[in-house]
This record gives sequence, structure tokens and C-alpha cells, in this order.
Amino acid sequence: MHIHFLDPYQPRLSPVHRLDPRVKFVLAVAFILTTAITPPGAWPVYILLLAIVLAVEILSDLGVGYVLRRSMLAIPFVLAAFPVIFTLEGLTVFSLDIGPWMLTASQPGLERFISIALKSWISVQAAIILAGSTPFPDLLVAMRAVKVPRLLVAIFGLMWRYLFVMVDEAMRLLRARAARSGHADRSDLKPGGKLVWRGRMAGGMAGSLFLRAFERSDRIYMAMAARGYNGEVHSFALPSLSPANWLVLGLSLAVLLILLIISILIFG
Amino acid sequence: MLYAPVPSPEPMHIPDGFLSVTVSVILWGISIIVIAYALKRVNADLGERQIPLMGVLAAAIFAGQMLNFTVAGGTSGHLMGAAIATILLGPWAAVLVMTTVISIQALIFQDGGMLALGANIFNMAVIGVAVSYVAYTTIVSLTSNRKWGVFMGGFLSAWSSIVVTSLAVALQLALSGTSPANLAVPAMAAIHAIIGIGEGLITVGALALVYSTRPDLLKLGQAGPKGGKLVWVIGLLLAIGLAILSPLASANPDGLERVAEQKGFLGIAKGPIYEVIPDYVLPGISNEALATILAGVLGVIIVFGVALAVAYMRRSRQVSGD
Repeated sequence: MHIHFLDPYQPRLSPVHRLDPRVKFVLAVAFILTTAITPPGAWPVYILLLAIVLAVEILSDLGVGYVLRRSMLAIPFVLAAFPVIFTLEGLTVFSLDIGPWMLTASQPGLERFISIALKSWISVQAAIILAGSTPFPDLLVAMRAVKVPRLLVAIFGLMWRYLFVMVDEAMRLLRARAARSGHADRSDLKPGGKLVWRGRMAGGMAGSLFLRAFERSDRIYMAMAARGYNGEVHSFALPSLSPANWLVLGLSLAVLLILLIISILIFG
Repeated sequence: MLYAPVPSPEPMHIPDGFLSVTVSVILWGISIIVIAYALKRVNADLGERQIPLMGVLAAAIFAGQMLNFTVAGGTSGHLMGAAIATILLGPWAAVLVMTTVISIQALIFQDGGMLALGANIFNMAVIGVAVSYVAYTTIVSLTSNRKWGVFMGGFLSAWSSIVVTSLAVALQLALSGTSPANLAVPAMAAIHAIIGIGEGLITVGALALVYSTRPDLLKLGQAGPKGGKLVWVIGLLLAIGLAILSPLASANPDGLERVAEQKGFLGIAKGPIYEVIPDYVLPGISNEALATILAGVLGVIIVFGVALAVAYMRRSRQVSGD
């Protein structure tokens, strides 16, 4: 059994997929940055940003449902911002009476909480579109174009190549353990052994995974050296961007800039 | 059977939207400097072996994070990996390995945000590694490299890296005005003091295996890398600084809030939206502020509904077109 469901890339023939990965990468980062700078409570701007991200989702053929399901990942973290509703001072919106405590939700608090949740939700959708519409090697090209150090990009690339191999190994280890001892996913099943023993077994599995990785990296290095690798990372020169891509990049950045100016001038 | 790569359950990977731009940018800056230096050091130490070793070990740490164990019905402990990476590879290589893992998690799996990536790298790859290094080397040299010292050092470095990292996360959230320090710091510290035990157990288990099969890999304790002292001092300062700063901040959240406001972290005072768009309120709700918020939420729902409708129509058209 191999793990292929890991890769979030969804092959489609949409205009978003055809866009140059460098343009997509820069636009995704610019979009997230714009969302981050937008002051709390600038609702019309949030709505426009959401409209943009949803429009791109539709255009990309990834399916709004797909992106939404993945975007739920960030939800648990919203809890971290929850207390802010009650701790900021300002106009009282409502009060909760919980036993000995009296929680007062303030207007600035509520506003900031909803802003954080919305910003986070909008940003994560942009990141999902990028990952869903761009194959990983193209993302590496984009990272090279924005001057991420070559060595780091090469490490990223090698990690991606062996990620599936290592995850397969980890799954084999998990399957072997599930067949023999100490793990129970269901709460009504009792796992074998004491807690400390189970922890150390998981550790032993991690240890053997690392040892295998060490040995594998030795073999990989030797194979690379046998084929003439001498520590230099060779890569093709990046092709120049087509006029259409420049146009998309320029127009989109201009739109984001206008949104940003509006949000700061009116709501800042 | 699907061991789908679940996002890590501990609230360590900060998503976008939770950190202020100032905090994000500053932490990006620090992370970039540390990564650049680590690249230089690792390149000097490992040379051409660097790329295969770092890449495959990053993949192993990523996969290792799937190895969980049942703690009590339904909940499970698992690995972050900063400590084990530091112990096996030394601090600089561990910084690169953790940076790679965290970057791929953010870029591909949206586990942590893109703008927040600098902060996440700072927390897990810089603080996590530095604290692990201090704890491990200190205990191993104090016990003059005995077997139980290696295991104790492994446990404590894993535990303290988790706890100190969580303190850093809590402080950054507080500085960004996202969660109040007096709630975030104790809550994060308490949760991670427990999660850290799971990390410690796994790390010791891994060390036990490596100790009995490949003891040569555990040489870090004997021959520290060049500049190891510097890492040690910085790591200790980070750990102590966070351990002292966070209770202080938590006892005196207004102080932190004031710092945040003075530095402009909390965003500027909001402008008079009601004057610019006077009708941007919902009729029938007397509380104007609440009405604005509700109007905003309603707008989101409308946009969302339109998008779903368009998507649905597009799909049914495609189906009939086929």
C-alpha cells in the first residue's frame, strides 16, 4: 500500500492551473499579506477578499467544497483567540453569567475575534488554492525565482521526493504494531502495555525510522556521487514570464494594492 | 485503514491571521538570519552530503510525526521532533531539518500559515532546537556521558523544547493582541507540560534504540560542534528569558498590552466607519456596533451563497455538457 493521497495537488485544466507558478506564488503571498494588513473591522474589505478567493476557487475547478473542507484545518486554533471577546474593554454587547463569573463581551473584542477568524479563513483558502493548483516541482521553481537559497530549495526537493517513501515506512511500522500490540484508536478498546511502555515503543519505532533514513541517505548520496554529483546544485535557467502572465500579475497586484489603500484610508 | 496525515493536535503551528504583521515580519527576519547561518555551517561541516542527509531526515521527521501512541481513550501523544533532530544531528543541521519540515507543512498541508511561517520556524526550528541543545548537552556533560544521563537528557530536552516553544507561541499571540497573556501563557504552558511528556517518552524510546544499535550517532555530547558554546549561551538565554518573561507578562497583561500599543502592534485605532458609510448598519438593531458586525457577517454569508450557487451552476452545466 502506498501513500498517494498525501499530495494535495489536483490536476485540472483550469486557467489557474495554467498560470505560471511564480505568478501564483507571488500573488498568494501578496493576497495573504493584504489580508493580514487589513485592519480589524474592515468588513467590506473582508467581503471583497473573500469574494476574490471564492472566485479563484471556482475558476480553478478545484471545487469550493474541496477547498472548504481543507480550510477547516485552522478552526481549532480559533479557540486561542476566543478569550479576546471578553478581555478587550469597550461597549458591552452581551453578558454571560457562568456560575461565579460574569463574562462581558465587548464590541471591540467581538470585532477583533471575528476579524481574526475571517482573516485566517480567507488566508488559508488562498494557500489551499496554491497547493491544489501547483505541482510541487513548480513550487520549487517559484521559490527559486523569489530567491530562496538554492541549497534550501534543493533540500525541500529531496525531502518531497523521499517523503512518500518515509511515510510508507512509517505506515508499515504502524501496521506492524497494530497487528501485534499497543495501540487503540477507539476509546472502547484497551491498548496493550503501560503508558510508559507504549511511549517507548512509539519511540523505538521513531528511532528505527531515523536509522533507516540515515542509511538511506548514505545510499542516496553514493548513488548521486556515482552519477557525477559534486555538491553543486544544477538547475535550468528560469524561462521568462509571458506577457499574459505579466499582465495577470500586474493587474492582480494593482487590485490588491487598491484594496489595501481603501482598507487603511477608510478603516485604518 | 487510513493513517491520513492529520494536522498536529498541539496548537503549535500558528495559522495566518493570528499574528500581527509587525510580529510576523520581525520573526521572519530573525529566522532568515538563523537559516542563512545554519546553511553556511552545515555546508562547511557536511559538504556535499548535506542535501541528501537533510532532505531524507526531514522526510523522516515528517513521517515520524505520524507515529503516535494511545495516551488515554481517544487522545494520543506524538512527536514534534526538534529534540531528536538536535541530538542526532547537532543544532545547525537540526535547524535546517526542522525548517524544511515546517515549511513543507505550511506550503503543502496548510499546517501553519505562510505569513506566520517565519514565526513557526522561529518557534520550532530556532527556539525548539536551541532549548533542546542546552538541556541535552548540559545534562549529558554533567553526568559525564553515562547511559542514564543520555536518556535523562533526551527526555528533558524534548520536554523543555515543547514547553518553551509553547510559551513563545503564547507570547507572540499576546503581542499580536490575539489572546490575552494572562490566559494564553498559563493555558499553553499547562497543556504542553503534559504533551511534552509524550514527546519525552518517544524521544527516549528513539534514543534507546539508537544507543544500542548505532552508538556512533550519539557523539554530539562528546564533541560539540564549533560555535557550540555560542548556541548553548543563546539557547539558555532564550529559555530563561521566555521562562521569566511569560509569567511576568501573564501576571501583568496590561503591561504587555501597553508595549503592544506603543509599538503599534495592535493596529491603529479604528476609524469612524459609520461616518464614511453611514448606512452600513442593519435596520431594527439599536446597538449600532453590533449591527455593523452583523452586517459584515451577513455580507460574508451573501458572498458565500453567491459563490456556491455559481459553482453549482457551473458544475451542472459541465455535467450536462459532457
